[in-house]
Amino acid sequence: MHSEHLPTDLARVEKGLDALETREGSGTKFREKLLKVLSPFIAITIFVLIWQAVITFKNIPSYILPAPVQVFRALQHQWNLGALQHALLRSLSRGVSGFVFAILVATPLGLLLGLNRTLRTIFGPILLGLQQLPSVAWVPAAIVWFGLSPATIFAVILLGAVPSIANGLISGIDQIPPIYLSVAKVLQADRWQKIRHFILPAAWPGFLAGLEQGWAFAWRSLMAAELIAVSPALGIGIGQLLDAGRQLGDMALVIGAIFLIMTVGICIEKIFFAPMRARTLRNRGLMR
Amino acid sequence: MTLAEPDLALNSVSKSFGANQASVLEGLNLSVKRGEFLVLVGASGCGKTTLLNLIADLDTPTSGVISKRRSATLMFQDSALMPWLSAGKNVELALNLGGLAKKERKEKAQELLKLVNLEQSYEKRPHELSGGMRQRVAIARALAQKSGILLMDEPFAALDAITRDLLHDEIARVWRENGLTIVFVTHNVREAVRLGERVLLMSSRPGRFIKEWVIDIPEPRRIDSSEVALLAREITDELREEIGRHA
Repeated sequence: MHSEHLPTDLARVEKGLDALETREGSGTKFREKLLKVLSPFIAITIFVLIWQAVITFKNIPSYILPAPVQVFRALQHQWNLGALQHALLRSLSRGVSGFVFAILVATPLGLLLGLNRTLRTIFGPILLGLQQLPSVAWVPAAIVWFGLSPATIFAVILLGAVPSIANGLISGIDQIPPIYLSVAKVLQADRWQKIRHFILPAAWPGFLAGLEQGWAFAWRSLMAAELIAVSPALGIGIGQLLDAGRQLGDMALVIGAIFLIMTVGICIEKIFFAPMRARTLRNRGLMR
Repeated sequence: MTLAEPDLALNSVSKSFGANQASVLEGLNLSVKRGEFLVLVGASGCGKTTLLNLIADLDTPTSGVISKRRSATLMFQDSALMPWLSAGKNVELALNLGGLAKKERKEKAQELLKLVNLEQSYEKRPHELSGGMRQRVAIARALAQKSGILLMDEPFAALDAITRDLLHDEIARVWRENGLTIVFVTHNVREAVRLGERVLLMSSRPGRFIKEWVIDIPEPRRIDSSEVALLAREITDELREEIGRHA
């Protein structure tokens, strides 16, 4: 005798199986989170201790490698003058605005080359070549074209960041599983819907990697431009501060400026990109 | 248009890839009634997937005509849910692309997930769901399109036997409750007899319809019943003979 399959029967069995086959995600433990936040400080402390030890035991003169406390004092001096805050603000605002503009240029470029095979064949290699070129190589040319003006600095940032961002997007598009595009077709998405709902989100991890690299290149390009293009019209950014230290023979300031450049880079990475990357991986089930 | 007109009709449909390649599908004629559950069975290389792609307009036939009275949607072996969207948002995407207004989408999506007993999983991401649950979300997404014809390309092949059994009951229920016309492709003969009203056996290279069975085993069917087993054996014997022809 065949028993009737009542809907409630099916629902109950299904729910039971669902419960057996899924398990709750485990949140990060408090200790792991604490370690993540403290790790840069721990690293810096260890590094400073080693640095001091090397100077003390190897008897290195301060004009070659100043002690940590001397570097700190040099930076403190600039802070008291107000020059440090000013330089930080100036460099950050240039860097961020240049980076944002680079995203606005690189995104349609990346989409175009990622989706159009002909354009990709023609222009793809140029973009890859540009990515290999260190942005410092552009500074002399930019000075000739735009003079010692903010335009020079923006041009160098763009030439540094746009290729990375565009290539990241192209790479992300390349790695889209073809079945997602089949789904787009089955759901009858038109071209813009396909780009908005399928291609861009699917390409996001690759795009994010391109943005991270683009930021690093933008920041580096900015420092190169600030170091080389020095003029009253451009004011003092961190790069110019570094160059001032060099001209004055103030090694402590030079090292201090270098640390500042690194610190800003690390901070932006930890505050913006790392959480975005972690969230992207976690949301897509790609986190171990 | 009379009631007798088929929901889906194929007229001498052929498909080959490339000018000098052999045909993958050759001279297919088919008529599927509205609300029918048709199963296509065949070994690898019989062009089952190609045929579904043609019906779903993902590809065009080399010759012949496909006519549909209602729109068709396709379900794959992989649920192909977008991993950056929750289960509910995946269904909402289909509703969005179908033109439903934003404020109605959430409610409709919840309704569709309830149909497949997944209303509790609205916020879950695909990677947090089991394979069977993902396929049920895919069914909800397919239903969101309001297509009358559902094409299913071995949708349960990657699932374990217990889940597959449950999904057989699930799809049979969804089919009855929504008046869908289903064209279901599988290499699993028992599954074919468990689900279909009609089973068509396809040959391989080129793909042709070579034999047809009408399944008049009454509902509710069980995959382990003797009637299903008997008919499955008959079809399997034919299938083996067809495969043996290629040796």
